[in-house]
Amino acid sequence: MNGGRPVNGASQAFSFSRRATLLGIGQGAVGLALAGRMTWLSIAENERYKLLSESNRVNLTLMPPRRGWIVDRAGIPIANNRTDFRVDIIPDRLTDKERVLPLLRNLLAIEPDDYERLQRDLEGASGFQPIKVAENLDWERFAAVSVRLPELPGVAPTRGFARNYPSGAAVAHLVGYVGAATAEQYKETKDPLFVTPGFKLGKDGLEKTLEPDLRGRPGAKRVEVTARGRLVRELETRPDRPGQMIKLTIDAGLQAFAARRLGNESGAVVVIDCRDGSILALASMPAYNPNSFSDGISQIEWGMLSEDDHLPLTNKALQGLYPPGSTFKPATAIAALRSGIDPERTVNCPGGYQLGNRFFRCLGRHGPVNLHRAIARSCNTYFYTMGREVGMDAVAEAARQLGLGAEYPLPLPSQRYGTVPDPAWKQRKYDEAWTQADTLNASIGQGYILTSPLQLAVQASRIASGRGLVPRLLADAPVIGPALDVPPERMGMIRSGMDEVVNGAGTAVRSRLQLDGIRMGGKTGTAQVRRIVGGARGGLGVPWKYRDHGLFIGFAPVEQPRYAVSVVIEHGMSGSGAAAPVARDCITYLYDREKAYASLDALEKGWGGDIETRMAAKEREYRLARLNPAPPETETASIEGGSASR
Amino acid sequence: MSSGSTGPGFVPAPLAQLPWKTLLLILLIGGFGLVVLYSAAGGNVRPWAFSQGIRFVAFLGMAIVLSRIREEFWSMIALPGYVAVLVALILVELIGAVGGGSQRWLDLGFIRLQPSEFMKIFIVLACAKFYDMMPPNETRRFGAIWPAVLLIGMPAALVMLQPDLGTALMITAGGITVMFLAGIPLRLFIGGALGLALFVPIAVNYLLHDYQRNRVLIFLNPENDPLGTGYHISQSKIAIGSGGLFGKGFLNGTQSHLDYLPEGHTDFALATMMEEWGLVGGILTVIAFFLLIRWGVQVGVRAQSKFARLTAAGLATTIFFYVAINMGMVMGLAPVVGIPLPFISFGGSAQMTVLICIGILMAIDRQNRIKESW
Repeated sequence: MNGGRPVNGASQAFSFSRRATLLGIGQGAVGLALAGRMTWLSIAENERYKLLSESNRVNLTLMPPRRGWIVDRAGIPIANNRTDFRVDIIPDRLTDKERVLPLLRNLLAIEPDDYERLQRDLEGASGFQPIKVAENLDWERFAAVSVRLPELPGVAPTRGFARNYPSGAAVAHLVGYVGAATAEQYKETKDPLFVTPGFKLGKDGLEKTLEPDLRGRPGAKRVEVTARGRLVRELETRPDRPGQMIKLTIDAGLQAFAARRLGNESGAVVVIDCRDGSILALASMPAYNPNSFSDGISQIEWGMLSEDDHLPLTNKALQGLYPPGSTFKPATAIAALRSGIDPERTVNCPGGYQLGNRFFRCLGRHGPVNLHRAIARSCNTYFYTMGREVGMDAVAEAARQLGLGAEYPLPLPSQRYGTVPDPAWKQRKYDEAWTQADTLNASIGQGYILTSPLQLAVQASRIASGRGLVPRLLADAPVIGPALDVPPERMGMIRSGMDEVVNGAGTAVRSRLQLDGIRMGGKTGTAQVRRIVGGARGGLGVPWKYRDHGLFIGFAPVEQPRYAVSVVIEHGMSGSGAAAPVARDCITYLYDREKAYASLDALEKGWGGDIETRMAAKEREYRLARLNPAPPETETASIEGGSASR
Repeated sequence: MSSGSTGPGFVPAPLAQLPWKTLLLILLIGGFGLVVLYSAAGGNVRPWAFSQGIRFVAFLGMAIVLSRIREEFWSMIALPGYVAVLVALILVELIGAVGGGSQRWLDLGFIRLQPSEFMKIFIVLACAKFYDMMPPNETRRFGAIWPAVLLIGMPAALVMLQPDLGTALMITAGGITVMFLAGIPLRLFIGGALGLALFVPIAVNYLLHDYQRNRVLIFLNPENDPLGTGYHISQSKIAIGSGGLFGKGFLNGTQSHLDYLPEGHTDFALATMMEEWGLVGGILTVIAFFLLIRWGVQVGVRAQSKFARLTAAGLATTIFFYVAINMGMVMGLAPVVGIPLPFISFGGSAQMTVLICIGILMAIDRQNRIKESW
């Protein structure tokens, strides 16, 4: 390290000043570099950074559009919107969970189990999906949160619109419900609206299938916000464009009445206008409350609904499939008439029908019966005979003509076809030959045949009108109703038999209309749920789930039918006892509301209040039972026998 | 202190002897800093501008007092002072180790001392003293190097442990500057620089774990880390870039007022300023600092003793490092190491350090002028 030249004080001073100059030059160069960088940033890239600072400052918030109303045929809202103050959490921006959550709990007075739900939701929350903290807040609590927003990162209070279903559970299965978009849906569409707090889309029913029409276009608000999301001032607002209003063929009053009239039973009512196929009511009960469903429900509520054997989560009007029982007999009758059988021909009923070594029972000893009497008295023997004579293919064809075994062009998800069996079908499905016994069973609506309440109503409307009416639910849907190839006077014979069922010496005389000059025709049916052992019917003596279904199809007025109705009461034991009175009251409602409500009010007193009151009571009971579970009951009524005869 | 008044004057000699140009420059920068802090608080003297102003006046007074102290005194306390600060650094480390976690403070009850701040000054004084004591013909030998490296290495290592990378860098840079000025052969510096340039990439690629390498890369290019320091940098660049030529106007900055710019009143005060004052404000600030630093280096060039020369140029360069590192960092040219901008960033310790530097520089300047006037 020994340098070449000697170093002394003077030369050192010289070297110092040389190096100080170097240092100065270096510092000057750095200074120039800094000045150059400043110039580059603020002149050359000024535009870009201006834009960025502007996009920082200005935040475009979407405002969920008001969902289009769903109204009934008279414009009465079935689904509308109400103002809603809500508070959400965006998990991504929630930095200080331990501090924010308790603070929110105090500000909003959140109930313990709601608080638990919130914590659970946050556990599995993905970044962009807003998690509901509370909805339907009053102004004071909403304001309390809004004011303290700077210390609540990740919390988003919004004033929006919430879906509102004035009739609640009565329309649940018809219109469905709405809910927040799932993370998958957001990833699919990348639509920022999907993660806007308060935005909900249709999850079921009409809300789901008509989503594109109902949604509308979101409004947008440009606001100046701080980095923490605190709003400084609003700059400009583009209003939302509400979704379209959808008009249905439904009669909201009738829909609500039908749902209430079903009471505590598990069942469905469908009413169709025989002039144009308009569905006036499509009720399935019990149901969930779409108002609370749209807010998201608790585990307890979900448990209660999914464990209920009355299936409140199933739309029985479309998805419930039942053997139609004696309500199928008009179809067998039409098959016989179309095959040229004389309606006046009598068949002797000794109380049953002998096929080989098996005896097929009738409901009674009817003696000689013609078509009219057979329908009125629901005589199995007559229809066994006719079914065998014309053959299963003819019976199946008549059934299909009447609308059984078909799906209809309705904007509703998940209809079910059911089954109209014929020899070819059995060969396909079971690889077995069709037997005479199958024909006998099918002729009286038992065995393989399965129908939905909607199909039964269509059947009733086609018998009533003589036209192949296609059911309609949207007010602007085309009317389709080609004439059926059954001569009108022959269809009239069947109707007059059905008139006698209710108004003569038939099975449903207790259900005749208490109205002047208006008569209802119909046909009762009782469908076996399981094979009957030892001659016992599925009546009161057996557990609920093994009891027979009660069915009824009908139309009114008899002379010039305007309304067709079908009612199915699951495990209602008999069509005449359980189903026909419901149909009677629904038709009564259409002509005389006061009278209909007078009888309903009396009934509801016995049931313990209207739908909401009963649902609330049920939920309380369920919660109690969950908290202190009773010891498991041993099933005392053990039933022998095989599988259900489906 | 001086007895004879020089020439007829209304102004008492001590006042007349003050370097008024320099003081005016400092007052200008400091005053502008208060304006920036006033704006950073949204047009309010609280919480920053007021206390910063009080401190500024107090420390400036202290600097003027320091400027009356003779150079010999500084020379005398250079090494003892260095040792005392080094001991304080070790104490801080020990207390931190006992208390768990790292610590930078020494709490004396009435004041919290940050020894690493003082080290920025004493490293310069100690190195200057070391080369001052060394006979001129020794400077090109190995013996002129290793003690200085030790002098620099010990405090730098201790401060790195805290861990305070920015301060460690400044201490190292201050010491090396004095070595350079003392006449250590240039080839050593060039060789060292080359060696580092070769060694660092190799070390980063082969000696570090993945996560450590990532941290180095983020350190070198913060914008790779858009949520951490990268966020600071990009927001700061947005603030500066959106200011344009004349800025958005006083109190109209959005980046700072809407909290997008983190640390807008401390390390990133330059961005707060330039958003509102634009390129004009930025260039003027650079020029003002450049003039101040140039004055400091000139003081060194004019000084008579080797100690004074090295000290003055070294302290001026210390101020230069503050300014250069901070500005580079705010504009995305240098890694984010947490070094404030003197007189403008809110904070007491840097203000104190820089004004002590100014005080010592003024003391040397005063001596120079007294000697020149003889």
